[in-house]
Amino acid sequence: MQSPPLNDSACPLTPEQQAMINHLVGTLEPVQLAWIAGYLSAINTLALQGAGQATAVPAAAGTAVNGAVELTILFGSQTGNCEGMAKMAAERAAQRGIKSNLKNMGTYKAAELKKEKLMMLIVSTHGEGDPPDSVEDLYDFINSKRAPKLGDLKYSVLALGDSSYENYCQIGVDFDKRFKELGAEAFRDRVDCDVDYDDDAEAWIDGALDKAADLADTGDSNAVPTGVPAMPFTFPGMAPAASKYDRKNPFPSAILENINVSGHGSGKENRHVEMSLEESGLVYVPGDSLGVFPTNCPEFVAEIIATAKLKPDAVVQSANGEETLQDALLKTYEVTILTPKVIDGYAKFAGKAIQSLLGDKNKAKQRKYIEGRELIDMILDYPPKIDAQGFTSVLRKLPHRLYSIASSYDAHPEEAHLLIATVRYQTHGRQRKGVATTFYSDRVTEDTLVPSFIHENPNFRLPADPATPIIMIGPGTGVAPFRAFVEQREIDGATGKNWLFFGDRRFRTDFTYQTEWQRFRKDGILTRIDLAFSRDQDEKVYVQHRMLEAAKDIYAWLQDGATIYVCGDEVHMAKDVHAALLDIVRKEGGMKANAAAEYVKNLQRDKRYQRDVY
Amino acid sequence: MSDTDRESGPPNEVELIKDASNYLRGTIVEGLADKITYGIAASDCQLTKFHGTYLQDDRDQRSERRRQKLEPAYMFMVRVGIPGGVCTAAQWLACDELAHTRANGTLKLTTRQAFQFHGVIKPDLTPLMRGLNEALMTTLSACGDVNRNVMAGAHPHDSPIYDQMLADCQAVSDHLKPKTNAYQEIWLGTDKVMATTIDDNEPIYGKTYLPRKFKICFAIPPHNDPDIYTQDIGFVAIEKNGKLSGYNVIVGGGQGMTYGMPETYPRLGSVIGFCKPGQLLDVAETIVKIQRDNGNRSNRKRARFKYTIDDHGIDWIVSELNRRMGSKLVKAKPFEFTTNGDQYGWEKADNGNWFVNLYIEGGRVLDTDDFPMMTGLREIAKVHDGDFRLTGNQNLIIGNVDPGNKRKIDSLLKKYGLLDAMKHSSARLNSIACVALNTCDQAFSEAERYLPSLMDRMDEVIKAAGLWDDPIIVRMTGCPNGCGRPYVAEIGFTGKAIGKYNLYLGAGFHGERLNKMYKENIGEDEIIETLEPMIHAYAKKRKKDERFGDFCVRTDIIKATREGMDFHD
Repeated sequence: MQSPPLNDSACPLTPEQQAMINHLVGTLEPVQLAWIAGYLSAINTLALQGAGQATAVPAAAGTAVNGAVELTILFGSQTGNCEGMAKMAAERAAQRGIKSNLKNMGTYKAAELKKEKLMMLIVSTHGEGDPPDSVEDLYDFINSKRAPKLGDLKYSVLALGDSSYENYCQIGVDFDKRFKELGAEAFRDRVDCDVDYDDDAEAWIDGALDKAADLADTGDSNAVPTGVPAMPFTFPGMAPAASKYDRKNPFPSAILENINVSGHGSGKENRHVEMSLEESGLVYVPGDSLGVFPTNCPEFVAEIIATAKLKPDAVVQSANGEETLQDALLKTYEVTILTPKVIDGYAKFAGKAIQSLLGDKNKAKQRKYIEGRELIDMILDYPPKIDAQGFTSVLRKLPHRLYSIASSYDAHPEEAHLLIATVRYQTHGRQRKGVATTFYSDRVTEDTLVPSFIHENPNFRLPADPATPIIMIGPGTGVAPFRAFVEQREIDGATGKNWLFFGDRRFRTDFTYQTEWQRFRKDGILTRIDLAFSRDQDEKVYVQHRMLEAAKDIYAWLQDGATIYVCGDEVHMAKDVHAALLDIVRKEGGMKANAAAEYVKNLQRDKRYQRDVY
Repeated sequence: MSDTDRESGPPNEVELIKDASNYLRGTIVEGLADKITYGIAASDCQLTKFHGTYLQDDRDQRSERRRQKLEPAYMFMVRVGIPGGVCTAAQWLACDELAHTRANGTLKLTTRQAFQFHGVIKPDLTPLMRGLNEALMTTLSACGDVNRNVMAGAHPHDSPIYDQMLADCQAVSDHLKPKTNAYQEIWLGTDKVMATTIDDNEPIYGKTYLPRKFKICFAIPPHNDPDIYTQDIGFVAIEKNGKLSGYNVIVGGGQGMTYGMPETYPRLGSVIGFCKPGQLLDVAETIVKIQRDNGNRSNRKRARFKYTIDDHGIDWIVSELNRRMGSKLVKAKPFEFTTNGDQYGWEKADNGNWFVNLYIEGGRVLDTDDFPMMTGLREIAKVHDGDFRLTGNQNLIIGNVDPGNKRKIDSLLKKYGLLDAMKHSSARLNSIACVALNTCDQAFSEAERYLPSLMDRMDEVIKAAGLWDDPIIVRMTGCPNGCGRPYVAEIGFTGKAIGKYNLYLGAGFHGERLNKMYKENIGEDEIIETLEPMIHAYAKKRKKDERFGDFCVRTDIIKATREGMDFHD
């Protein structure tokens, strides 16, 4: 197998140790490699716990590697004035021999903030005290509960503004105030500048650099290096480390972000949800899913209790021990889906009429009844004589839901991002709602903790060899794991080409993670992206049509050793994509149908054709 | 930083983009083909302006979409220059159709007598351009650092030289069109092999075109509806014994300025002489070239011709013009304007045909539930064999109505309520609003979407003061750049932030004097509280025929602005 040879001067291993690792890795099969990775990771976790330290997080490139404090000049500009002053500051810093990193808030990764030691921040205020567009994200971040402690940071703020507005220089004022609250120390007082800012701004730059020169020079050479690079042998197939949390003992996960990402006017409601894994010890790799336990809709539960003529505060013995009927129906039992078993159990408490749905000879009738109906329909159609305990005994336990994780752990440490399509529809004159999806859209609050666990998906994994090209086919919410894939390939510096097929209804409103794909393509991570928006033209266009259009290139990639991934709808999409793949291999490979089928089978056997479909 | 520093600096970024663009090509073709975005490259956005289109986005959605990881709701504004504002009924129908199939279903009639399409998404852009071309219209040079749409007064009914002036307007427009083949290549699909055999060059502009936009306008006294003093060049048609004897030449007008930069200011044009009709193209071309060679290419905020004039002095400009032309302009002929507003209702022209001037609020042609304006105009276009004329006040004239057709047109106007606007206050009928939010990237505040509701409150004041039928020029723009010519409004507003405006007072009624800032950064209540006592005082204490702007100056509410350079004093 191929792997990147370990030959890195910044690596904490001795050359001898590096050689041993290189030798060992060269002999390993993927399964063996995964096992060893998991083993080492577990040892590492235990060692860190023993030392009473937090999990070490590899520093992003650009921060200090030798312990010296580097100056960051961070600007947020609307019209370019702040950018101009920031550039001047960087030039003058260079003249004084101070190394500085010039960064734009528009592209600044918020996660970098907690690693900053020394910062000159230049920001303008727009309109009536608003941040410039490019500043909004960072501004929201530092004012959110996710803002990190900034105890190590020394900073100074230059605020640009226009005193004819009421909230003059407000954004600079806010950054200054918030940084202080987060524990940072201002090494020079903030300066607020009006429209004729040049002189004041220059004075601030020179004054701040006088101070910064001292602070930057006194880097403690004994400090623990903050720039240890990611261990090169943390391959993407690495098994998760041990955590005390699992499906049986789920981690109460806080919701960090929960936003409808379907644009204005879309017929859909797809939510991007960011869950916190902080201090859970839970880790995952791209391809894994997050299991979550939702709760039921309180209005549904209330209606069920009232319709069955029960009392919400009746006490029942449930799988969770003793609890009220209301709690049991909210958290413990499934109160929507009808199953034959639920009907059979329930029938004992209902009148004669329900007999027509029971027994072998009524199977078809029962199936027909179940179609589009839920528990409440049965209670209405066949009123029961039942007590609370009897009622719960009929019900299924509320199952967890699995969502493909849409983030790379390394890109978003201690977070798991999900992409959830909210399900709402009408049947038999009633509004129906997906339990977990509307849980996220309607019922969670800032304080909700969602019981969560990692569900491994060993059959949906990035290639062990980072040079292997990959083709990802993920329309709709099927795109979720591919965001994780591409993030991971970027952070690993994987050299393999990446090609995404995405589709949905409309370009304008349904291009999920659009700006991120644009950024990945611009930065050369995403080699190619082909899009199919079914409702943007008269004829319906889906991903399989785009695949057929690109048949020649797909086949060439496969011949180059590409792995092809499919995620999303099983019934239609995955079937059509599979047929398209067979078609492409047959035509482009000049094969008979059975040879093409054999080719595709071999891909599957070699794990070069992987699917996560549902 | 002093003014001289700004002017002697290196070429600005846009100059570099133009220089590298190969006569306005850049990477526009590649950008149009890029399927991952409805936008185009930032450098190409500078170039598409020359092709008559701006990339914009729905600013109402901007912030939400960024959080949704969606790009801005990009869409293009497409502007069609109509020299003198005169188009055929067939062209009106074509624009109406394209607005529905390729844009947001509305048309904006601009303050430069152009059509604007809004909300055009990238896949619709090329089909829209082609559709316009098929209807014999072009978007070329409707924006960009070139001569824009050439304007002309839109009221032909009482001048025998109107048609001659219109022909001259068209000739100047044609003469100053960019000659690059890029437009045909990019939008009309001219064969590239063919195109590359033609050597592109720009005999008038050169490869970097002008330092900034350039505006030319014609007017016939006494009507100054296109605001001739606000143009880089104005030609005032002079009539003698029913014949066109020539044009007075006015140079150096311009509206835009930048907040916080007192070295930027609006300026009214200076009358520099008179030319014969035969000299017209030479005068126009030579002035354009003087600006090409002397305009500021370092600082775009001071790149308009008005600053070139003030930096060199008007005498230098005149002598340079005479030197380059090899002949002298003679002394300007006397002329007198009386108004810059429109003349509503039916008027009969010398040629026996009828013209009816309609009020179009904010210049926006659209259908609403209670006012099917766009449908009505379409029905008229279907039966009308004359023309449609866009006025510089964002209004519309159904022109050259045959006397035999007048009754039919009139009944359609009534059927669709197109004359009902006449019931508005005269101040509203004399109002202008630029587009501003939600599509214009320059805007700090609302204008077109907001002015009608502000006028509702102003109307109460005006009614109480008994001034319902007294014209007062009211103009609102969402930024200080001046598209809506706010600095020659008797009551001018420029946007500072959402809900906040600078208030300007004291302009002349026919565009002959700039206004001056009276209050900075005020909201609606303060606007009304400020204007109410002035309007009442005006009603009670004005002299006979005294205009509101003049009244404000006479009663020392505001100091008169004598020239651009004292605008900020």
